[in-house]
Amino acid sequence: MATWEPFEGFQALQREIASAFERASPHYHPTFRAAFLPGRAAREYPLINVYDEQDRVHVEALAPGADPSSFNITMIGRTLTISGEKPRVPGDVKPEAFHREERAAGRFNRSIDIPADVEQGEGLAGQYKNGLLLVSLPKSEKAKPKQIKVQVS
Amino acid sequence: MAEKTVATSSGKQMEQNKEHTRMPERYLPPPVDIYETEEGLVLLADLPGVAPNDLKVRLEDNILTIQASPKHLVEAEPLEREFELVNFFRQFQLSDEVDQERISATLNHGVLRLSLPRAEKAKPREIPVKISADKAAA
Repeated sequence: MATWEPFEGFQALQREIASAFERASPHYHPTFRAAFLPGRAAREYPLINVYDEQDRVHVEALAPGADPSSFNITMIGRTLTISGEKPRVPGDVKPEAFHREERAAGRFNRSIDIPADVEQGEGLAGQYKNGLLLVSLPKSEKAKPKQIKVQVS
Repeated sequence: MAEKTVATSSGKQMEQNKEHTRMPERYLPPPVDIYETEEGLVLLADLPGVAPNDLKVRLEDNILTIQASPKHLVEAEPLEREFELVNFFRQFQLSDEVDQERISATLNHGVLRLSLPRAEKAKPREIPVKISADKAAA
């Protein structure tokens, strides 16, 4: 005997709408890993990972094929700005010579907030390796974690 | 140059295929530029985080395979994560017009450059016409 469920259709619709909203939310990313290579549609370039260590903050940016001499990295207060240029394919290639053109290119500029106070000066270091840019920022003294000793009475 | 694996930029196909969740490793097709020059074809592929030792370019049965495993520069769990590095995989079918013996590859700043020179037989050639000696004499 089938149970009489007058709202079955309505509930199914409700589930569908809920899942549609879930998929639209920024926290749901089935294609997130696929979208990690910024194409033309990427709003922000380069994509950035921030690592928090005891005495340093590392910022890793995904910037393959950038011209290393074009990097301009500045730190003002807590704001880190990375700019640079990914050169296009050498100029004399005619548009009709392309079979495929999927890689994005051009100038980029991005600012992010660093989640800790950073020592300004000598300790700031940048490294460009295998298409990844790593900026290491030493934390200021007051931002470093303090050890608290527990005394046993 | 035809593509063997079709790039899936939308997650649609992934969602249909639940099998991928069981795969121990995941692959992504790297974005490429392919253009023609007088000497042949040039392929550029963005492979961020890939060291030369972690890149394999193979040629077998006219199929060119690019396979690479990228690594982050910092080995820790990030506080904020916007990207993740997954293995790269992409295949192309080469035509006979490519001189397979002379394919060369360089990796620079996370960009692979493959040079696929055109085979001699595929290059346009002018055939010099000679006037045979006896007719010239006549």
